[in-house]
Amino acid sequence: MSDLIRKDASELAGLVSSGEVSAVEVAQAHLDRIAAVDGEVHAFLHVDTEGALVSAAAVDAKVKAGDKLSVLAGVPLGLKDILATNGLPTTCGSRILDGWIPPYDATVVTKLREAGVVILGKTNMDEFAMGSSTEHSAFGPTHNPWDLERIPGGSGGGSSACVSSFEAPLAIGTDTGGSIRQPAAVTGSVGVKPTYGGVSRYGIVALASSLDQAGPCARNVLDTALLHSVIAGHDPMDATSINAPVPDVVAAAKRADIKGMKVGIVKELGGEGYQAGVRSRFEESVALIESLGAEVVEVSCPSFPAALAAYYLILPSEASSNLAKFDGIRFGNRVGDDGSKSVEQVMSETRAAGFGSEVIRRIILGTYALSAGYYDAYYGQAQKVRTLIKQDFDAAFAKVDVLISPTAPTTAFKIGEKLDDPLAMYLNDVATIPVNMAGLPGMSLPIGLAPEDNLPVGLQIIAPAMADDRLYNVGAAIERELLAKWGGPILGMAPELAGA
Amino acid sequence: MSGISQEDVAHLARLAHIDIPADQLGHYAKQLDAILNAVAEVSSLDTANVAAMSHPVPMTNVFREDIPGVSLTAEQALSGAPAVEDERFRVPRILDEE
Amino acid sequence: MVEATMNYDEAISKFDPVLGLEVHVELGTNTKMFCGCSTVFGAPPNTQVCPVCLGLPGALPALNKIGVESAIRIGLALNCEIAEWCRFARKNYFYPDMPKNFQTSQYDEPIAFEGYLDVEIDTDEGRKTFRVPIERAHMEEDTGKNSHVGGATGRIHGADYSLVDYNRAGIPLIEIVTKPITGTGKYAPEVAKAYVAALRDILRGLGVSDVKMEQGSLRCDVNLSLRETPESKLGTRSETKNVNSLRSVERAVRYEVSRHAARLAAGDTVVQETRHWHEDTGISTSGRAKSDAEDYRYFPEPDLLPIAPSREWVEELRAALPENPAVRRARLVADWGLSEIDMNTVVNSGALDLIVEAVDAGVDPAAARKWWTGELSRIANDRGIELEELPVTPAHLKRLEELISAGSLNDKLARQALEGVIVGEGDIDEIVKARGLAVVSDDGPLLAAIDEALAADPAVAETIKSGKLAAAGSVVGAVMKATRGQADAARVRELLFEKLGVSE
Ligand SMILES: [Mg+2]
Ligand SMILES: [Zn+2]
Repeated sequence: MSDLIRKDASELAGLVSSGEVSAVEVAQAHLDRIAAVDGEVHAFLHVDTEGALVSAAAVDAKVKAGDKLSVLAGVPLGLKDILATNGLPTTCGSRILDGWIPPYDATVVTKLREAGVVILGKTNMDEFAMGSSTEHSAFGPTHNPWDLERIPGGSGGGSSACVSSFEAPLAIGTDTGGSIRQPAAVTGSVGVKPTYGGVSRYGIVALASSLDQAGPCARNVLDTALLHSVIAGHDPMDATSINAPVPDVVAAAKRADIKGMKVGIVKELGGEGYQAGVRSRFEESVALIESLGAEVVEVSCPSFPAALAAYYLILPSEASSNLAKFDGIRFGNRVGDDGSKSVEQVMSETRAAGFGSEVIRRIILGTYALSAGYYDAYYGQAQKVRTLIKQDFDAAFAKVDVLISPTAPTTAFKIGEKLDDPLAMYLNDVATIPVNMAGLPGMSLPIGLAPEDNLPVGLQIIAPAMADDRLYNVGAAIERELLAKWGGPILGMAPELAGA
Repeated sequence: MSGISQEDVAHLARLAHIDIPADQLGHYAKQLDAILNAVAEVSSLDTANVAAMSHPVPMTNVFREDIPGVSLTAEQALSGAPAVEDERFRVPRILDEE
Repeated sequence: MVEATMNYDEAISKFDPVLGLEVHVELGTNTKMFCGCSTVFGAPPNTQVCPVCLGLPGALPALNKIGVESAIRIGLALNCEIAEWCRFARKNYFYPDMPKNFQTSQYDEPIAFEGYLDVEIDTDEGRKTFRVPIERAHMEEDTGKNSHVGGATGRIHGADYSLVDYNRAGIPLIEIVTKPITGTGKYAPEVAKAYVAALRDILRGLGVSDVKMEQGSLRCDVNLSLRETPESKLGTRSETKNVNSLRSVERAVRYEVSRHAARLAAGDTVVQETRHWHEDTGISTSGRAKSDAEDYRYFPEPDLLPIAPSREWVEELRAALPENPAVRRARLVADWGLSEIDMNTVVNSGALDLIVEAVDAGVDPAAARKWWTGELSRIANDRGIELEELPVTPAHLKRLEELISAGSLNDKLARQALEGVIVGEGDIDEIVKARGLAVVSDDGPLLAAIDEALAADPAVAETIKSGKLAAAGSVVGAVMKATRGQADAARVRELLFEKLGVSE
């Protein structure tokens, strides 16, 4: 196996632009890796061998011609299968979209293509991004490279797993309640949910429109920042896109200096319900942050305990409406149209057959929460809780520069362990959800292995809206110390996959 | 606050156009009931003077100029459709006009 | 099933009608409400669609500024207040012509609200003004179009399947809803018609829509209920859809009054339901009853941000509003010295704006009116086109009138010149020159033509001399024919009488 697959994205981009290695070689090395190990990992739903090699060759032609290249030209990437890709299947992990090929590209995809990033294929996910384990994919679960019997997190488990199994140095995820950060935490990778409105949502199949945000996944902070800088920015196709300069996340990742910063520990995100090893690694990080010259204080966000409940009203409500368009009329699969049935009947059979049980559960819940007579008590009340959460954050950021917490309460659990217990599954996102509710940026950074199970633990860093650069500064400062302590990247401690 | 019956699930499924088999209604009712009990917590907070938040970004008046952009061709538009006839999307018979 | 009806006069003597009108206007913007697709009518199916208006997964709406501006202008023209802050909402229901299975609409936060429109109708006591209270005008989007295949009728019932064209999906609509209109008594049908007509004039004057009812760019739903007396509480209403001509508005109100009255008089209740109007038979039939399926689960559209029109913007738009059509009409009647009846003829011919344009360019009002309601209306009618589509400009009419008053063109030649304009032969002077259109003022050729005509009909000279001057008409006609209309008929007559030694 080529050693190209172990290299960082920034390193690969340098090798390609200097002509030392061709982008085609880099792409082929990763395609070979996928061929070797994805049978076990199942990070990809669709591998676009030809498309990847063609776009890599285009980068090589630019190198030859001496054209200016973007910071990630020639670097391979896995794309969560929730982003529309012109000419490439887009399934959202659902049977209802099996075989659908969009006639257009999401704005993020357009930006990636323009930057010469080589799209290897589409990565696995919980159906319509509903889940925290990628077990709800209609096409089978993805396996955690640290332990193939465990989940890689969700909904973007394919993206975190492809990065942590060295199938791709970069991936795009989407995060509605933690779907980038929680998978990053349980796979020992880095994931960032940017400020809401920082990255265009155009072409990203909506789960909950007011919460969704796409973001970068990688194996280190600098690579994550580079990818962030490529996909962020204003898009007139997305009305909620912020028309302001993108914070300089790359410079922040290089700065890595937190001396004199004030860091707040969110009292409500930790303690009871959090695994012992998660807590001990978190406490070590706090000590590390202090040792770097930052002041750490505890802050209280009293509304956070209600965030999970509010989230599980807002998300299903918006999702029930967003998913109404999946009816087998204009795209996707149709079921039961034998010529005798009405369109209503065919739509209903199509949706029953095309959606998995978690999707149906949430659509029914959302339909209930929005229906006449219940709106005020459920959806309306949840939106007010959202305001309270935002106020808690505002008060906290009046005192500190960033907030920290564990990313997820536990390390990766076993596949099947929580599948039939939706409420237990929902608890995985308890620490990540408040960030989405307020539209803030958040990062998950690997901070070591839990002693009891030798599985990765993530630290969540939260910044105010449009201060995404702070995440990278803080993350890079901690990362530098940890790399020195570990003597290399955390993923070097992961077991070799059999195929390798 | 909740107490979801099988009939409730059947009604919601009709609204949502999902054909849930009768023998699964009870299963969904039980799970929804549990979830609703868990989320009933939202009512525990005092929100008397709190405004609802529909959008996480505090922006208004985001407009587009009235200038034509690029449309799809009919072929592209119809490319993903399960049934097509005469450059149109073919759908099963419609019971009543809105 | 045809339902029982009661004679209208009898119905009105027993019950007090309460009207409500919902009008949907398709805006004439270049692009759709939430995407850049064209709105031009009549394009091949599914060629004016994109991921947004097809509701493809991932697509997002982007709001058309002119759509919002038009909504505000309509609100202002209808004397409404303009919201300082409002949002779009999603109206959730499944229908195959609605790509997202929700309509992006406004719910409890319309952009314009609390207005009115005054309309005038003829009553037994002369012309009278009724004030129609307007509840709201809000923004939404249109649906696609279904066509039904199979079955005997091509209609929805009995069809085997349907075909959907989404070109119309996403075209901006403004829905204008009245409050219950009370106090019309027996004039309910006339008030309804006058309201829709006045609304149409206002919308046309604003230039926000082509307001073509026959193409569906103005659509009307009529709500009606009856009550025992004006003091009783409101009765159950029916909602009649698809009332798509002014005449139908009047007829539909009349029909529903008669139908409700028959039910109530028979001790039946009126069903709250949607009904469909049938233009051909002049009756409405029952659609579906309001049911629990109509829980639209409205919630604020998360993909579109709130609209907060600045007061400066609103005042700017208010200042730029065109004159109210009713006020303008009264002014023109006075300026032009017309009777109400003449003005009706002008308005009904659809030529008002064209005449105003010509008058503004310096054409005499009477002449402008004569050309547009006369010859030009006839030509447009013959060709089956709209007056606006004729290539005749105010400059054409101005030059024509100059030539007529200079005596170098007569009426007949002027018509020939206009025909030249319509078939694209150039401007008036070019056509006059190319076609050789000029009144012959030289007496020589006229005298020769008179001689020729008299020679062809020897008896006519004696007849005229005997005092039957009317017989001169045939000679003048022959001369006109010989000169291809270029003679001045009065001069021909003068020369003829001179020659025969008779005086008029
Ligand atoms: Mg409407
Ligand atoms: Zn469009």
